[in-house]
Amino acid sequence: MKHSLDDSKPIYLQIKEQLEDAIVEKRLQTGDRVPSTNEFASFYKINPATAAKGINELVQEDILFKRRGVGMFVKEDARQKLVANRKKTFYENYILPLKNEAEILDISEEELFHMLKGENL
Amino acid sequence: MRIEVKNLTKQYKGKRALNNITFTLEGPKIYGLLGRNGAGKTTFMDILSGHILATSGEIQINGENPFDNRKLTESICLIQEGNNFKKELRVGQVLRMYAYFYPKWDYELAEELRELYHLKQNTKVKHLSKGMESALGIIVGLASNAPITIFDEPYIGLDAAARKTFYDILLEQYEQEKRIIIFSTHLIDEVSLLFEEVLIMQDGEVILKEETDHLRRHACAVSGYNKEVKTFIADKEIIKTRTLGQMMTAYVYGDSEEAKQQGLHVEGVPIQDLMIYLTEGERGA
Repeated sequence: MKHSLDDSKPIYLQIKEQLEDAIVEKRLQTGDRVPSTNEFASFYKINPATAAKGINELVQEDILFKRRGVGMFVKEDARQKLVANRKKTFYENYILPLKNEAEILDISEEELFHMLKGENL
Repeated sequence: MRIEVKNLTKQYKGKRALNNITFTLEGPKIYGLLGRNGAGKTTFMDILSGHILATSGEIQINGENPFDNRKLTESICLIQEGNNFKKELRVGQVLRMYAYFYPKWDYELAEELRELYHLKQNTKVKHLSKGMESALGIIVGLASNAPITIFDEPYIGLDAAARKTFYDILLEQYEQEKRIIIFSTHLIDEVSLLFEEVLIMQDGEVILKEETDHLRRHACAVSGYNKEVKTFIADKEIIKTRTLGQMMTAYVYGDSEEAKQQGLHVEGVPIQDLMIYLTEGERGA
């Protein structure tokens, strides 16, 4: 959890990503209640409509579900879905930048391979 | 509530304060009304509150004109930078007067805030410090529960902690009683997270009206070698460019993913910076 949000990125996305992180890292598990729109709004001092947008997208994506009058909860299989999505972007988000930086620093593929295996040369 | 602004123009002697502006505001929503001094913000808020008449064009609130309209003025509360209240009145009298005027007045909240901001019932307005007078304005604005509540730089003389208290309560109240709140301020960094939508005014015109999250997503700062940046921004809407040696940063409306794919460095632009870049224009202007 972050103590404040970044004004230069869409706020609803930051709320959404925060919840996704919590589910992927198992801090929120199937059936757990997630903070409400108003709880997010008063914690971060953000517009409640903006907080609601982030949460509602997760409902549409079948990650959260709503129990009328009670709140929002983590759906079964939510974590598997999120993990599957993240694996798809793992290459792009982590491997590509790694390879780019290695190239700039003249680190050979072999060296890189050793580092990945935890051997610092 | 629906506020329709149609071809609104206000001409003062020798100066056009509002130049044929047209837009619609729909609530409940918290709007940020931004712009530099003299952009026309205060004139617009004065006409919206029914205090002054437009030269031409009109504002309709749920289909009615606000000027001299008792029923509508009960639905609008405008708190300005100062001189909101008669100097000879006491704090208690001011609060009773407004309680009488606004049908949805929240007595409990007014009392709670009066104590929070250490205002005494018997103090005359003329004996209040600047900050305390601002606090009184804030109390009236929040407790009014007016369906259209307008704050125009309401916190002159209030320190950072007192302003933060104001934002906290504003948000709490908004959650309880959803309404249209129009908030005009120069301290954009402090409040931009509260805005669902912003309007930026310049030289009597509305140059931008957009959801804040939409702006955060589409306004970006793109940096790289001059040539590469120039190629990328060729077909984009450019807000501003800056160069440092062979490097260049361009502030544009564009797709940040597309810029990243072209190997450019991309950052978001905070709302305050965006406002400044959009309105700074020619130096000295």
